[in-house]
Amino acid sequence: MTIKPPDAFSPGETPTFEASAKTSLADSQLRRNLGKATQTIRRKRAAVVEEMPDWEELREAGRALKERTLRHLDAYLLQLEESVTKAGGVVHWARDADEANRIISGIVREKGANEVVKVKSIATDETKLNEHLESEGIHAFETDLAELIIQLAGETSSHILVPAIHKNRAEIRELFLRELDVEELSDEPKDLANAARLYLRKKFLNAKVGISGANFAVAETGTVAVVESEGNGRMCTTLPPVLVTLMGVEKIVPAWRDFEVFMQLLPRSSTAERMNPYTSFWTGVSEGDGPEEFHLVLLDNGRTDVLADEIGRQTLNCIRCSACLNVCPVYERTGGHAYNSVYPGPIGAILTPQLVGIGKPGSDSLPYASSLCGACYQVCPVKINIPEVLIHLRGRVVRHKQDRGGLRERLDPENAAMRAMAKAFSDPELYENAQRLARVGQWPLVRGGKIGSLPGRLAGWTKVRDLKPVPKQSFREWWKEERG
Amino acid sequence: MRVALFITCFNDTLFPETGRATVGVLERLGHEVEFPMEQTCCGQMHFNTGYQREAIPLVRRFVEVFEPYDAVVAPSGSCVGMVRDLYPMAADLAEDADLARRVADLAPRVFELSEFLVKKTGVTDVGAYYPHRVTYHPTCHSLRMLKVGDAPLELLRNVRGMELVELGEAEQCCGFGGTFAVKNAETSAAMLGDKIRRVLDTESEVCTAGDNSCLMHIGGGLRRLQAGINTVHLAEILASTEER
Repeated sequence: MTIKPPDAFSPGETPTFEASAKTSLADSQLRRNLGKATQTIRRKRAAVVEEMPDWEELREAGRALKERTLRHLDAYLLQLEESVTKAGGVVHWARDADEANRIISGIVREKGANEVVKVKSIATDETKLNEHLESEGIHAFETDLAELIIQLAGETSSHILVPAIHKNRAEIRELFLRELDVEELSDEPKDLANAARLYLRKKFLNAKVGISGANFAVAETGTVAVVESEGNGRMCTTLPPVLVTLMGVEKIVPAWRDFEVFMQLLPRSSTAERMNPYTSFWTGVSEGDGPEEFHLVLLDNGRTDVLADEIGRQTLNCIRCSACLNVCPVYERTGGHAYNSVYPGPIGAILTPQLVGIGKPGSDSLPYASSLCGACYQVCPVKINIPEVLIHLRGRVVRHKQDRGGLRERLDPENAAMRAMAKAFSDPELYENAQRLARVGQWPLVRGGKIGSLPGRLAGWTKVRDLKPVPKQSFREWWKEERG
Repeated sequence: MRVALFITCFNDTLFPETGRATVGVLERLGHEVEFPMEQTCCGQMHFNTGYQREAIPLVRRFVEVFEPYDAVVAPSGSCVGMVRDLYPMAADLAEDADLARRVADLAPRVFELSEFLVKKTGVTDVGAYYPHRVTYHPTCHSLRMLKVGDAPLELLRNVRGMELVELGEAEQCCGFGGTFAVKNAETSAAMLGDKIRRVLDTESEVCTAGDNSCLMHIGGGLRRLQAGINTVHLAEILASTEER
């Protein structure tokens, strides 16, 4: 088993975004791979969205549906439990990751299986299910092509939809040659996919238990849906005699007809396709068709805390399309690993700190991993105002430090500077004094009519930029002189 | 129209020429311009960095200073975005219903300069003359928070003597982002690098925008390269005439 780097959902401290970003920014191969991939998908998405005359209405419908569902989440979840049970499935409730993992490994052990096949489920990455199963002697095989790639490489996902986006074909070829027991292989996508197919086919046919995530679950009918592009997901949910699905409680939709909206929004936003290649629906169990046993594990793991936050709760609208990652200028330069979470990019920057709770330096740094350019909000198919939530969470991080951080946090230079500036801005006279002071105070830094290096925390600014000195006369001094 | 100027603390202190240009353009168009001396800062830097309790008194001050005016004009899409988009959130945080009501009343009367000229008063030709090759960078807050659309470009297209060159990937963020440029200096620099490459591609003499903060960042990078391209605020181009 590979030791994976800790992330925000592991116990212990994770590095800050700033620290991790430095590594990826220096990786020119990664920067090229990411730039190429995100630019391509960005262009394609824009084109397929452009051809929809009612895109804005669809977005609004998606948002409204999600918000209505979240307002009555308790009732819809109970309805889902009833529908799934009626259709012959078993529903389990998990408060946190540990509980979810224990439920799932319990089911696998009961079947006497020591191998399971999985189709990509970010929720199981969040709970660290694979590691948990491994600790009980059960090996989980990822069957989504990209998930398989990163599992074989011993890495973690760097994108919620394209987990191996940071790798190119040549890198994947090398990995398959090393790990898949093949002798000759080109770096053509067709050949790479075929090598994976041969390897996975054996796993599908032998597995007693399949584990999946869920894109949606319908309260009214008890139907669970997985949306994917390869068909491996369908193999996973139909071939093994036992199927276990782990889903976050927010993945629920009230009625079957709600798919009309989401099946238009999701493929265009995620893979820039008009229609999704493989959409699998299953409702409990049906004799002679698919698994003989179905378990649905409903995961909270911090989600009801998010729901309790008036501004933050819109985060739960997310349908995991990843459109926000593909347009984010920060994600494009740093890649997903810099976020130290299974949820990278703009959505991760707001989801992770809320799920794990404010007050941990690693995840507290995530709401700051944004220039607040707003491109994410513009493309979000369910209208999550990500910049608004980022700003709200920054406020929560600072208030948490100020109120509970102790002396060290109160003496923090940023805190002191922000307070001093707020004080200066509180009164025009103090403000004018501060302006004069800045003019006088800058003189040791000015060289040849510019400031080429700043001290302390501001040094990063002058690493690549020159600063113009504060001019001799402020606007208000001019106004007073001319008009006063 | 009786217009109050909100010059913003950033322009007031570091870019007073932008404030003077804003006065010039508005007066040339016949507006009666006032500068309420009691103004300081909109509080955006504090609010966006998380120091939101500290920003609330600044929000109150802004509302008190500007609420008597029919229209408030600022040469900054970013600060106007703060007022229009985030003041309601600040009022909620302060749990002050009266402030929320006053914010809702004032915010629609606060305009970014190009927005005021094109959308509010219907002017697209301000009689400017600027004989240079210029490229325009739409700043994120003007573009996405305020949705000023083509207003700045419409104004620029009517500037005599000017050659307007399209900027590639124009809508990509320059990487400034306020304290982002300090807290995530390396990422910000990587974004700036790509923006500068696009600006260099235009072979312009001048890069303009509606926000001095983004221009300070882009200009600082261009100066470091000694690229020979100046950054000039939109207001200064609009204020230029053949006489001066």
